[in-house]
Amino acid sequence: MTMDTVSVPRAHAAADAGRAGFGLLLRSEWTKFRTVRGWVIGMFIAALLTVFVGLFAAGYGSRNCQNSPTGPALSGKACLPYIPYGPGGEVVTDSFNFAHQPLTGNGSLTVRVLSLSGAHPEFGANGGVPAGGPGPTMTPGLMPWSKAGIIIKQDTKQGSGYAAMMMTGSNGVRMQYDYTGDIAGLPGGVSAAHPRWLRLTRAGDTITGYDSADGAHWTKVGTVRLTGLPATVQVGMFATSPGYIQSSTSFGGSHFQGAPSQATGVFGDVTASGTPAGGTWAATAVGGGGPMTGPAGPGGQAGPGAGPGAGSGAAGFTHAGGTFTVTGSGDIAPTVPGPASSYPTATIEQALAGAFIGLIAIVVVAAMFFTAEYRRGLIRTTLAATPRRGQVLAAKAIVAAAAAFTVGLVASAVAIAIGVPLERNNGSVVLPVSALTEVRVVVGTAALLAVAAAFAVGLGAVLRRSAAAITIAVATVVLPFLLAALNILPSGPAAWLLRITPAAGLAIQQSVPRYHQVTSVYSPAGGYYPLPPFAGLAVLCCWAAAALALAYVLLRRRDA
Amino acid sequence: MSALMTAERGATMTGRRAGGLGMIDALHAEWTKLRTVSGPGWLLFGIVALTVAVSAAAVRATSCPASMRCAVDPAKLSLAGVRFGQAVVAILAVLTLCNEYSTGMIKVTLTAMPRRLEMYAAKAIITAGVVLVAGAMAVLGSVLAGNLILPGHGFTTARGFHPVSLSYGPVLRAAGGSVLYLALIALLSLGIAALVRDSAVSIGAALAVLYLFPVMLAFVADPTWQHRLDRWTPTSAGLAIQATTGVRNLPISPWDGLGVLAIWAGAALLLGGLTLRFRDA
Repeated sequence: MTMDTVSVPRAHAAADAGRAGFGLLLRSEWTKFRTVRGWVIGMFIAALLTVFVGLFAAGYGSRNCQNSPTGPALSGKACLPYIPYGPGGEVVTDSFNFAHQPLTGNGSLTVRVLSLSGAHPEFGANGGVPAGGPGPTMTPGLMPWSKAGIIIKQDTKQGSGYAAMMMTGSNGVRMQYDYTGDIAGLPGGVSAAHPRWLRLTRAGDTITGYDSADGAHWTKVGTVRLTGLPATVQVGMFATSPGYIQSSTSFGGSHFQGAPSQATGVFGDVTASGTPAGGTWAATAVGGGGPMTGPAGPGGQAGPGAGPGAGSGAAGFTHAGGTFTVTGSGDIAPTVPGPASSYPTATIEQALAGAFIGLIAIVVVAAMFFTAEYRRGLIRTTLAATPRRGQVLAAKAIVAAAAAFTVGLVASAVAIAIGVPLERNNGSVVLPVSALTEVRVVVGTAALLAVAAAFAVGLGAVLRRSAAAITIAVATVVLPFLLAALNILPSGPAAWLLRITPAAGLAIQQSVPRYHQVTSVYSPAGGYYPLPPFAGLAVLCCWAAAALALAYVLLRRRDA
Repeated sequence: MSALMTAERGATMTGRRAGGLGMIDALHAEWTKLRTVSGPGWLLFGIVALTVAVSAAAVRATSCPASMRCAVDPAKLSLAGVRFGQAVVAILAVLTLCNEYSTGMIKVTLTAMPRRLEMYAAKAIITAGVVLVAGAMAVLGSVLAGNLILPGHGFTTARGFHPVSLSYGPVLRAAGGSVLYLALIALLSLGIAALVRDSAVSIGAALAVLYLFPVMLAFVADPTWQHRLDRWTPTSAGLAIQATTGVRNLPISPWDGLGVLAIWAGAALLLGGLTLRFRDA
């Protein structure tokens, strides 16, 4: 009985002491950290490497060009072609052939798609497009996202708002709007036996898309609001086809071969309302997106448009006896970085390339933060002062992570603030991202370094030897990314490495989304990771938690 | 006075006599130190295993479909593992020196062999020697994997790919050069270790030197800087020795590239040696 009454306050006292003790412990660990000159220098080196490697990567990419054969040699910003931005602020590719009429007020357009066919240049035996000659030899074939259908578009300028119903190469009927929106309609292809009927109706700024397999039974595919749609818009038929890319990944480098392709849509039973009575269809090659005429250049780049609404117009559109044929080349889609891009693109996280190297320095310092105690025998003093070994581990992990976070935050903020303008100056189109994404990339990079530091502290406590701890930390955090980014491994195994190893955390730096409706090479080298940003960071957190848990168990069981 | 001088002279003479025999003894001592602990053995095994495993994996994962022209250098592909084996080589080289510092053994070593540069040279020779042997085994295994697997993956003589065989001059250069490359990486890492002394920091620094430049190459878009990095950074220049196709278009010729790595290794060894000579242990 008396034991009970006594033991209660004692437990309280112990708990209070423990709480105060942890604050003191944190302070003592922080003192240890900041008073070792080598570690402070190490953290500075991490910050400097992050900033300077990032700026080097961002800053030494200046492009040189000559816009016309006789014109002056240009470099940097002057090289940029006209860049269209979509209604959502993203950089877009907007090149297609457009047979259109004005539509004022409410109205609709209905067509029957009779066929969709395509062609791309045949590659020569040496892998490239045959140069010279009157034109490339064309091989029939559709791209998965070759498109032909009907579209309601604000005007014929590149980047203006739109909603479209279309037949695609191998993705069935689709309703797409404002470059990033994509809704699936009827599946399957189109043929004389299986025609596809498409309809767009406009009511105010609301556009509704319908599809039908017989012209009698209609299914609504989607309704979208295009805010700010003017009273008079352009409505009509279009065709376009993105670049043809074939890639082979081999050790030490990816090999791409690509060229523009073109698509031809044949339409019949065209009925329009809201258009001028007896109006004629005018053809415009939006963004120079008409059919291909000259020899195609290698590299899979659709020729950048000379300006808004440029193009001859008459080519690629014929109209005979109620049958309309439109042929075009290009795409109506967001621009993604990589070989399929129409412009020299850059992403904000390219300025953070150095964080990856700063990571090595941070991991070294963090691992030593624990292993140094074993080397000098200080661990016995530390554990005599704080017999709760778990608390020692926690305090060390917190101090190392906090220091790494602070260093990472400052370094990545500086690298972005200086590096992104440098990228722009060099003539790259920096793909715009929202402020929230930018904060996520900068703070996420700092968090990445912090969690990696905690992981290294855990490894240091488990292995007790700095050489082994650092080797394992570097091998698991840094090497998988190198294997994947330098195309050393084929894409399948490389993607798995970036899903399950601690290197998955680097996904937090990805700033631009992947679009399923844009065919490209989405590789880690191009800034695309197999996991979403926070899932990737969570994988790294799991590894850090596992290392710290194992360290906790071993620290309690083993003699120091 | 004279007694003291005699004693001094005696000491110098013993020193000189020891010095005369020193290099052989130093080599013997270093060899004993290396072979009687388990760590280096495992690391040497790791060099061979990792190199051959990565090479075999890279070779197995690459194929050339009949419809495509493949810009693949079969010999370079077969030697892919060298890029990873080099990390273990760096760790081995760093630990041969830094383990002495972390255990305090260095004081015993320097007491027994006061001529520090002799000890350092002996370490360099022994480390380079064992790396040459392990590297030769690793490279032979990698070449064998390429030789056996690649013809089945579309890399046939009929399509213009030379078989990965040591009887073909450029492949022999690539294979032999890769062994030398690994030895030079060992010397570079030993130099870093002598400069830094701490095993953890040395390993971090050595791995950063090995992998920092390839990462920068991946991100730098400017062709001038790419060319510069290709020509003057230790790993990119050194690995030019592995090329057997398109040698004329390389940023740096194979042997010149290995020469650049040798300059890096020599500079690191020299700086490390000077630091070792003039700094208190």
